[in-house]
Amino acid sequence: MDPFLFLLLAAIAVICALNLVVQTHPISSALSLVGVMGSLAILYLLLGAEFIAAAQMIVYAGAIMVLFIFVIMLLNAQGERLTRRGAYVKIFGVPLMALFLGLVAFVIQAALPRSEMVHFGGFTHGGPADIGRSLFTQYLLPFEVVSVLILIAIVGAIVLARKEID
Amino acid sequence: MLSSSGVPLNWYLLLSAILFCIGIAGFLYRRNVITVFMSIELMLNAVNLSFVTFSYKFQQVDGHIFTFFVMVVAAAEAAVGLAIILTVFKNRKTLQVDDINSLKN
Repeated sequence: MDPFLFLLLAAIAVICALNLVVQTHPISSALSLVGVMGSLAILYLLLGAEFIAAAQMIVYAGAIMVLFIFVIMLLNAQGERLTRRGAYVKIFGVPLMALFLGLVAFVIQAALPRSEMVHFGGFTHGGPADIGRSLFTQYLLPFEVVSVLILIAIVGAIVLARKEID
Repeated sequence: MLSSSGVPLNWYLLLSAILFCIGIAGFLYRRNVITVFMSIELMLNAVNLSFVTFSYKFQQVDGHIFTFFVMVVAAAEAAVGLAIILTVFKNRKTLQVDDINSLKN
C-alpha cells in the first residue's frame, strides 16, 4: 500500500508542479500549487508528521494561497507575454537542469547507499504534544524571535500597502 | 511483499529534488512576478519535504521544528512580498518582471 500511495502522490505533486510552470494564467498556477501542497501534506502524514501535515494544509494551502489568489484577483492579473530569449537558453536550459538533477540524485545515492524503508507508523513522535514540548523547551528562543518577525512583517505589509496620506 | 516493504527513503529525497528543480525552472522561466513568487513557495515546500524525511531517518523531531519555522518565514515573506507587488502595480501598472527595471544601469 505504501509504495502505491507514495507513487500516486508523487505523480500528482510533480504533475501539478509542472503545470504551475507551464500555465500562463496566474490563477491556474495558484491552483496547481494548492495541488502540490495537498499531496505533500499527505506525504507528511506517511512520514509520521501529523502536526506538520495539518499546519501545511492550514497555513500553506489555506492562508498563504488564499492571500495569493486574493492578490491575483485584486490586480486582475492576465496571462503574461513571454519575452524572447537567446538561443543558448533554449538549447542548454533543459539539459543543464537534467544534469543538475542527475548530480543531486547521484549525491543522494552516494550519501545514503543503504536506504532504509519508510513505513507508515515508523515514526510516532510527530504529534502536537511532541512538537510543542520541543518548541517550548529547546527551541524557545527561536520561537519568540519568529513571533517578533511576524509582527514586523505585519507592520511592513500595512506600511507598504496603505494609501499615501499627505 | 510489496504491500509490507515500504518506500525507500531516497525516493522522498529524490521527489524533493525534482520539485526543487521545477521551482528553479519556474523562477527563471516565468515573467509574471506573482508566478515567480509562487515558484519560490514551491522551492520552500520541496525543502520542507527534505526536512521531514531526515526527521524520519534520525527519529528526531527537530526537522519538524525547522519545517514549522520555514512555514512561519514563508507566511511573513508572502505578506510582505505581496504588499510590495501591490505597491509596484499601483505605481507601474504592470506585473512583468522585465518592465520593473528601475534599478538597472
